[in-house]
Amino acid sequence: MNGGDRVLGVLKWLVITLTVIVCAGPLIYGFLLSLRPFASVAAAPLSLIPSAEEVTLEAYPRAMGEFGLGGFMLNSLQVALATVVLAVLFSVLGGYAAVRLDFFGRRSVNVLFLGVYMLPGIVLAVPLFVLLSRVGLTGTLVGLVLVYIAQTVPVALYMLRNYFIAVPASVEEAAMIDGCGRLALIRRVVLPMALPGIAATSLYVFMIAWNEYLFALLFLVHERPRWTVALGISQLTEFSVPATVLMAGSIAVTIPVVAGFFLAQRLLISGLTAGAEKG
Amino acid sequence: MTSKRLVFTRWGRPLNRSQRDDLHGRLLVTPTMLIVLAFVVLPFLAVLVLAFADVRLVDIPRLSLDRLTLTLANFRSAWGSDRFWSALGTTLAYAACTTAGAITAGLVVAMALRRPFRGRGLVRALVLIPYVLPVVAATTIWKTLLNTEYGLVNAVGRQLIGWENPIAFLTTRSQELGGIPIPVALVTVIAFEVWKTFPLAFLFITARLQVSPMELEEAAAIDGAGKVRAFFHIVLPQLRGVIALLIVLRFIWSFQNFNDIYLLTGGAGGTEVLAVRVYEELVTRANIGTASATGLLMTAMLLVLLFVYGWMIRRERA
Repeated sequence: MNGGDRVLGVLKWLVITLTVIVCAGPLIYGFLLSLRPFASVAAAPLSLIPSAEEVTLEAYPRAMGEFGLGGFMLNSLQVALATVVLAVLFSVLGGYAAVRLDFFGRRSVNVLFLGVYMLPGIVLAVPLFVLLSRVGLTGTLVGLVLVYIAQTVPVALYMLRNYFIAVPASVEEAAMIDGCGRLALIRRVVLPMALPGIAATSLYVFMIAWNEYLFALLFLVHERPRWTVALGISQLTEFSVPATVLMAGSIAVTIPVVAGFFLAQRLLISGLTAGAEKG
Repeated sequence: MTSKRLVFTRWGRPLNRSQRDDLHGRLLVTPTMLIVLAFVVLPFLAVLVLAFADVRLVDIPRLSLDRLTLTLANFRSAWGSDRFWSALGTTLAYAACTTAGAITAGLVVAMALRRPFRGRGLVRALVLIPYVLPVVAATTIWKTLLNTEYGLVNAVGRQLIGWENPIAFLTTRSQELGGIPIPVALVTVIAFEVWKTFPLAFLFITARLQVSPMELEEAAAIDGAGKVRAFFHIVLPQLRGVIALLIVLRFIWSFQNFNDIYLLTGGAGGTEVLAVRVYEELVTRANIGTASATGLLMTAMLLVLLFVYGWMIRRERA
């Protein structure tokens, strides 16, 4: 090992340490702040670890109740779940068709979805705002769900397609010969085999819908009771809400995403092993 | 029971397999097509019209196609405004710097985590935090970190490093540092974006590294080539494909980014990018026409840049 390689070895551990601090640091900082009274943060911003007597969970109920984040989270949950169910349903059907069936317009479908992916969200936001206002859907969660489905279906379909390709066509043909109709075939044969993929796709769609900000801002900003949690937290930063409460809100909005991540991970693994057992 | 599932043509004959596949394919893709048509294609057609119309937000209730008169005024006003061109410059700088920064950081971390060590799995999981963190949570935490009164960064700067005044990272347009003017706010939003998006570059590059054989590098090591040379001559050439892909994806996403910049600075301090410009035209100036025209110009410029990039790549391969 020459001198240059030794320097690289030290550099490597420096990079790893720095990466961990930079990636996990802000989240830990947010969490620690959410446990302290604001007066103590303002007085001593450098003492990160809260002392035993000042630790308080008070910021969480304040964020949820007094500042309404609890209600906003419920709105977000409804929007995200509705988006996941519909977007994944549509993309299962469409993705299966794109993989297995040779139908008229199959190619143009792909081009269309690529186009959707390339169009800047902000550019579509302008006409969507105009059109949905015209039919009275801005200011409603339904309008938001419809837009989110359109925004996520192309990606979901693309993701699912890759999992469907992995399902052997011979299994499907056998089921077809046994008299299984197309929809029953998708439900009984393709879905179970692509379950890990569907879990991953659902999580991805959920994250997009849960985190989305631009359309929520445009459509709902004047409808405070219908704010999503992303919109709610960002609007609260405009008022003089204590930083500790904002941190509590930020941690709370992160929890479902992290929980979903671990849940889906278990589903992913169990799906894979369930397939392996049958050899 | 089978007769129920058979679909007959108009002439009463059962469909053959390719006809049936065609019909089923179209039916299954219909829900997706409908929603994409209604919420992507139709709006896109609408923006093409709105960009040529003199429409304000207050006109929406009375809006109808036959009453619109077409004009080039919106494009003229966007094209002729200094703010548009300065926003374009900011967008290009932002997109180029975040793309380069995220890919470089992803590459460095991927190389550092390439060989197994105790706790590598944990480090890999931690690297993903910025990527999965909801953007609103991330920007709120960053804003607190950078706060001039109680933020950690300014506290460290003033109490440990000895800054005279706190730095307003999110609103300062420019500050001299050793005689060189630094666009502080722009650098901050770029740093945020690199932080948030490098995990994706890391994942892509790690996946590619896993399928590249180590033998070549080991052979090079035996021949006396140092790791640095092996990296530039053996590893990097193998990563060209994935890096080219990352450049395209990251550039498209950064070029259109609205959320991260708007949430951090609201477009203040020299961070007004084209996406924020479109939003400002729509919401603050309440002008649908100029917002649409600005958005279309932005899309056109992105397409031109991607076209040039594709052409360059193809010429390089030939």
